[in-house]
Amino acid sequence: MDVLYFAWVRERIGLPKERVESSAATVMDLVHELSAREDRYALAFSDLTALRVAVDQQLSDFDAPLAGVREIAFFPPMTGG
Amino acid sequence: MSLIDIRVQDAAFDPGVLLSAFTTLAAQAGAGAVVCFTGLVRDLPGANGGLSKMVIEHYPGMTESALQSIAEEAATRWSLGPVLILHRYGALTPEEPIMMVATASAHRADAFLAADFLMDYLKSRAPFWKKEFTAEGATWVAAKDSDEDALSRWR
Repeated sequence: MDVLYFAWVRERIGLPKERVESSAATVMDLVHELSAREDRYALAFSDLTALRVAVDQQLSDFDAPLAGVREIAFFPPMTGG
Repeated sequence: MSLIDIRVQDAAFDPGVLLSAFTTLAAQAGAGAVVCFTGLVRDLPGANGGLSKMVIEHYPGMTESALQSIAEEAATRWSLGPVLILHRYGALTPEEPIMMVATASAHRADAFLAADFLMDYLKSRAPFWKKEFTAEGATWVAAKDSDEDALSRWR
């Protein structure tokens, strides 16, 4: 699946998008997998209350299942308008 | 029946020109009321040298679909004519228009309420992020609790 990062999450992890091969069952499982990779991921995901997640471009939750999902995005609370 | 026009663009826009075209469209659709909100980049008077620029990042694809859903939700709650949502991304300078919402309806209450609803949802449910640049550096704008609280009005 494609994993996208926006705003300070993108800056902290150091890239806007990457392809991730994962068998994670939920968003939270994927967060744990990524956090175990490198410190920059662990740092970005250290406070999940400061993060939002979109699954296939729909706002979602960290307990959302990942079966059949093509795109996950992590970002801070939105500040449009 | 509602005509929904969603625009996400880096180009500057002229609010007057846009509102004039929208007003014509609304009138032709039988509306008796048009409400328009325009958001502007405010300078930061407290910052040393003020705001040099604001950069808006967004999530291409999701941005358009989120704005479309918010507009469709408004059209189910109120009796609306045309709806326009325009939001810029990229680099902006103080005093520039960032975004515009325009709604139209037969009578003013629907257009006012729908515009208020669209703004509340757009602020915390459309994937935009603002970064402010001053002489002291760059800072991501933090979401306000009050923006999230504003949504509870509509539940």
